[in-house]
Amino acid sequence: MALLEVRDLTVVFERKGEDPFRAVDGVSFDVEPGQTVGLVGESGCGKSVTSLAIMGLLPKRGARVTGSVVYDGTELLKLSDREMRDRRGRDLGMVFQDPLSSLNPVIPIGVQVSEVLERHRGMSRKEAMSEAKDLLDKVGIPDPNRRLTEYPHQLSGGMRQRALIAIALACRPKLLIADEPTTALDVTIQAQILALMKELVQDLGTALVMITHDLGVVAGLCDEVNVLYAGKVVEKAMRHELFARPRHPYTHGLLASIPRLDAPRGEKLTPIKGSVSDNIPWAQGCAFAPRCPNALDLCFSETPAEEDQLGRLLRCHNPVVPGTPAVEEVPV
Amino acid sequence: MALGVTKKEKIDDLAESAGVSLAASAWKRLRRSPVFLIGAGITAVFVVLSILSPWLAPHDPGDPMLITQVIKARNEIPAPQPGHPLGGDLQGRDFLSRMLVGSQQTLIVGVGATLIGLTGGLILGTLAGAIGGWVDSVVMRLVDVMLSLPALLLAFSIAAMFARPSQFSVIIAISIVQIPVFARLLRGSMLAQRGSDHVLAATSLGVKRGAIIFRHMLPNSLGPVIVQSTLVLATAIIEAAALSFLGLGNPNDRVPEWGQMLGDVQKVFDTHPHLAVWPAVCIIIVALGFTLMGETLREALDPKNRR
Amino acid sequence: MLRYTIRRLIQLVGVVLVLSLLLFAWLRSLPGGPVSALLGERATPESRAALTKQLGLDQPILIQYFKFLGRALSGDFGVSNGVQPGDSAMEIFLQRFPATVELSVFALVIAIVFGIPLGYLAAKRRGTWFDNSSVIGSLVGVAIPVFFLAYVLKDVFSKALGLPSTGRQDAIEATRVTGFFTLDGILTGEWDATFNALEHLILPALALSSIPFAVIFRITRAAVLDVLDEDFVRTAESKGLTAQVIRRRHVLRNAMLPVVTTVGLQTGALLSGAVLTEKVFGFAGVGEALALGFERRDYPVLLLLIIMATIVYVLVNLLVDLSYALIDPRIRAR
Repeated sequence: MALLEVRDLTVVFERKGEDPFRAVDGVSFDVEPGQTVGLVGESGCGKSVTSLAIMGLLPKRGARVTGSVVYDGTELLKLSDREMRDRRGRDLGMVFQDPLSSLNPVIPIGVQVSEVLERHRGMSRKEAMSEAKDLLDKVGIPDPNRRLTEYPHQLSGGMRQRALIAIALACRPKLLIADEPTTALDVTIQAQILALMKELVQDLGTALVMITHDLGVVAGLCDEVNVLYAGKVVEKAMRHELFARPRHPYTHGLLASIPRLDAPRGEKLTPIKGSVSDNIPWAQGCAFAPRCPNALDLCFSETPAEEDQLGRLLRCHNPVVPGTPAVEEVPV
Repeated sequence: MALGVTKKEKIDDLAESAGVSLAASAWKRLRRSPVFLIGAGITAVFVVLSILSPWLAPHDPGDPMLITQVIKARNEIPAPQPGHPLGGDLQGRDFLSRMLVGSQQTLIVGVGATLIGLTGGLILGTLAGAIGGWVDSVVMRLVDVMLSLPALLLAFSIAAMFARPSQFSVIIAISIVQIPVFARLLRGSMLAQRGSDHVLAATSLGVKRGAIIFRHMLPNSLGPVIVQSTLVLATAIIEAAALSFLGLGNPNDRVPEWGQMLGDVQKVFDTHPHLAVWPAVCIIIVALGFTLMGETLREALDPKNRR
Repeated sequence: MLRYTIRRLIQLVGVVLVLSLLLFAWLRSLPGGPVSALLGERATPESRAALTKQLGLDQPILIQYFKFLGRALSGDFGVSNGVQPGDSAMEIFLQRFPATVELSVFALVIAIVFGIPLGYLAAKRRGTWFDNSSVIGSLVGVAIPVFFLAYVLKDVFSKALGLPSTGRQDAIEATRVTGFFTLDGILTGEWDATFNALEHLILPALALSSIPFAVIFRITRAAVLDVLDEDFVRTAESKGLTAQVIRRRHVLRNAMLPVVTTVGLQTGALLSGAVLTEKVFGFAGVGEALALGFERRDYPVLLLLIIMATIVYVLVNLLVDLSYALIDPRIRAR
């Protein structure tokens, strides 16, 4: 049985005087114990909202969450606020995008790590502090004893993200959700942080849901990849399958827009046309159709259904033929 | 850049695109805000009433027409009676007429004090923010000295400097206190804009400094200034009452002002509370109206709330 | 930190010097000058000349100012001619200062004890009727003229609640130690004196607290709303911390930063408000002396009390800024 089963997860934001907005629209995926699953897409595709919905961190008023999120046999969406608090930090950990704003500026790092140990493992402040020191050491923060009493503004960006990882993994959760954990960091630091996460997840046997817009991160880390577009999963496949043979035109476009060092000189990068704001509602057809090079008339009138094709899930009327080069002249 | 567009027009476009879209989106939200509409409604009624009050008032507010009743009844104030729905005051003057005309004087004091405070702050703040350097230092030290006195106490002290208090001295005392507030506001806004794109664009195209200040920087500071002015109008009316209460207000009450009416009746508050309650309630409602308007405006103009 | 404190103190000395010069120039510029202020406008030319000489007013103005400064530094600001005729201005200040401190502290405590929790609740329940009505209530609180509220409390509530409405204490036997009547009773064990003084404090302190309460409430609400949107609160939630820990350690601690500054600035509202409130309640503090001074044009007393009010106001705000460093490590570093 999967560790995490997300079924038909839908999040609708409702604001007074405005049309309700479907940020996540029937998303389903599984995470096996110890597995790393990627949620990929442009900003605004609903990947962060999905993670917040799993963690139960969406505002109670204004966000309507439906569907099902089963963790280790328990339906999380039906838990009371108190029961969910008992699980967060203990069974599910989370790492956020901006390490500076995600740490409390007026509390020492040590307390921010130890408070989660005190809460879930019943440790005294002293025991928790000594454990926190070991944790900081484990995530590669030099001189952890000194760092315990320091404040976030005294740490570098990479160090802060390491501290956040220490916090998320403090109680050895079986599932870790990382929401763009490297986006706010320098490129050199990004690689270090990814390597650290990979190592820790392997050591601890933690399952990881990696949320990113960066296919490079996916390539290095994930076993299975879900590509999200406008709140729906449009393609789901094992990592090498997806990279070798992208079928959905959106996935294809994402891959084509990555600069590659091994590409022949003079080859052009192929950006995806337009932006998310060109979308049409899923109810009227395929949301990606206005930007899609493969779009048929059908795509503007009928919502494509999710189809299972030999372990790969695809939502497309006119998928890319395997083998099509990821290069195409597009007048910009 | 399209041919035929002068550089001036182009820069104006840059400068306005920020201001206009902000104002437009703010107005869109304000129109739907019941709190703003209540505040604006109160303000509108108050302004219309104060303009029309000389024609609305049934009697001369300074005429002691009921004085015989006061004397006969041994300093008892005249009760409501035909022709005088609110009765009279301690000098036998028609109370309704005084309340009505009082609205006009209250508006004059409020607007007068705000305008003078705004003008002073505009001059100091623009000098400090737009020129910078030693001008900035001198102006800001001056502002610091003024701000190191509690505001109302400063107003009391300035009012006490006048040997013969008058409506003018009241307006001056209230307005001077507001100068440093406006000065800081404008300086901050100027400093923020000196580094902004549209000002840089104008500078790089060789527009003169004066033109930049008056065509580009000042207009864009307008939002916060309008908000502050609305809030100052409210405090000015309340402070005028405090000045009268301390005997620092306008002693001539033939043509009354609400704050003056409220401050002057302290000795009979326990015996004739309605003489204080009427002007007090009017002051509270009008001050609340201005504050509601100012606060909702502030919220609407705050870029943080734009979504 | 030390250098910052010293710089601020030097600034304070500068402000007081400029202020004293301005006030001094003001006194000299009064129609008829201080002689008329002291003797009234109908004094004989002989007594005028004598007083002019006695006060050194025939000397150049700068010399006069430095002489005044010299006397002021030794605490001699002249003799009252209106508030308590014959007493020295400094005597009046020292005698009345504890009363105003007592009243202001009491009012500030009321404002904080109600303002901060209500502000937090309003922010947590943003947009509910509780939030909207308390925001409107706080705006009304600022719109009510303080002295009018004081009169309403004095004439309506003192009767209804059976609370005293004038003075600091009834004519009961009480030993004076510090000048703070509530504290004196505790120190000497005269509990009835403390209780009596407290009874006298309630209504004036309530009137005086209206504006600080409203302001502290609204700043707390705004600050909590800002902090609730912060990423680190989401991190705290993701750790599964209890609601109490998140409120205390993560939300309130960060929200307190702007609130602390506001509390400092509210000393200004307290000092100004004390002038009005103490006058209404006949509460013998510095505020009442200022009110009487304005009314009777008692310039020596006004001059000293305005300077003292400025010093207190600036010092309190300096203390507030320093206490900021206790809460915010980012400032401590500087």
